[in-house]
Amino acid sequence: MPAPTIDRATFDELKDTAGAEFVVELVDTFLVEGPAMLDDLRRSLAAQNADQFRRAAHSLKSNSNTFGALTLAAMAKELELTGLAPALAANGATLDALAQEYARVAAALTELKHA
Amino acid sequence: MHDERRGGTRLLVVDDNKVNRLLLTRSLEQQGHAVATAENGRIALETLRRESFDLVLLDMEMPEMNGFQVLEQLKGDLQLRDVPVIVTSSLEGIDNVVRCIELGAEDYLPKPVNPVLLKARIGASLEKKRLRDQQKVLLRRFAAPEVAQDLQSSGFALGGKRVQASVMFSDIRGFTSLAESQPPEETIELLNTYYELMFDAISSHGGVVTLMMGDGLMSVFGAPVPLPDHGESAVRSAQEMVELVDLFNVERTAAGKPTIRIGIGIASGEMVAGYTGTNKRATYTCIGDTVNLAARLETHTKVAQRVILIDEATRSSLSERIAVEPLGPVPFKGKAAAVEVFAVDPARR
Repeated sequence: MPAPTIDRATFDELKDTAGAEFVVELVDTFLVEGPAMLDDLRRSLAAQNADQFRRAAHSLKSNSNTFGALTLAAMAKELELTGLAPALAANGATLDALAQEYARVAAALTELKHA
Repeated sequence: MHDERRGGTRLLVVDDNKVNRLLLTRSLEQQGHAVATAENGRIALETLRRESFDLVLLDMEMPEMNGFQVLEQLKGDLQLRDVPVIVTSSLEGIDNVVRCIELGAEDYLPKPVNPVLLKARIGASLEKKRLRDQQKVLLRRFAAPEVAQDLQSSGFALGGKRVQASVMFSDIRGFTSLAESQPPEETIELLNTYYELMFDAISSHGGVVTLMMGDGLMSVFGAPVPLPDHGESAVRSAQEMVELVDLFNVERTAAGKPTIRIGIGIASGEMVAGYTGTNKRATYTCIGDTVNLAARLETHTKVAQRVILIDEATRSSLSERIAVEPLGPVPFKGKAAAVEVFAVDPARR
């Protein structure tokens, strides 16, 4: 069984501790920042800027964990740890897969925040 | 338990990621703290140098200046090195966590930060800081600021080093009979005012009071911090002490109380300065022939009927603006040869 896009236990706990209204604001912020992080990853890969690549992957991992987006977090962590080389070798396929998972996360969060 | 709400604790959240900043700020505000944020290390340092904070929550991976660099800068900054830092990060690798602690971070919390754990760690850090602050206040009260600074920067170690400095002894003439003629409460009050005035005059010229005994004070100029013109500074400080006592006497006369007179002896030269005592109780002091001579000169003010007496080494270091009168050689107990003694005109010009 594949891991769920969003781990409900993590998300519900976040909602409980931070408050439902605040989580709406937090999700909206992530929906603005997330695409910017994906852009950062693409740009730093093209420019072969290892520092920027690692930081963007780290940021995406960190936020994914906050919302319980465990698959996205694992993918981002892999990029943070392995750096530019494997992503360059995969010729963009890694980042495409990441963007697809991000889209699933964004859709799920949009639904959940109003739940 | 220390209530962090009561003092209005101010925390600084440093994180380049907006979601993280919002979430941490929310958690902390729910716990009753006032929170400011900075989005990278450079802005954090600027903010810390401008405003005062009780604690910093620091992310590591940041553009411009990362968390490690911030920790390094804080460690080297006398004003900021005591602000507790809790690192909140999702850094990979135990090495990085160890490095944070080695660089002076108080604690490490992995992200996403658990609010209950966060609350406990912040409470513990603030409590530790409160104790450290209290210690600093005590240190400042019981040690001269220079000595407190010396203790903080180089730590405490028994033992001394040779320094060139001037030592000054001063006391109140006829204090015993004065103390016997009035209630003890009045004597304490007199002493407190007297000390207040004398400490002012001594520290404003770079001197450090190393000993208080009854009405007597011993102070040193040139240690623990070197002072290029320690002789002249000591003499100018003595002149100011005499002037302040004169003003104090005007007040006392007006209040119908007896006036006081002081005697001051100053000697300059090499001495050993440092911490003496045991590891449980110690004091900063100076030891050597120069110190003995200053004490003898102070006692001799009664015989010589002068207010300020100095030795040859101190006199030769003075500028011409200070009027000095040679009194000739005086044989002192414990000195093989007679010592040239000089009286300083108490009036400043």
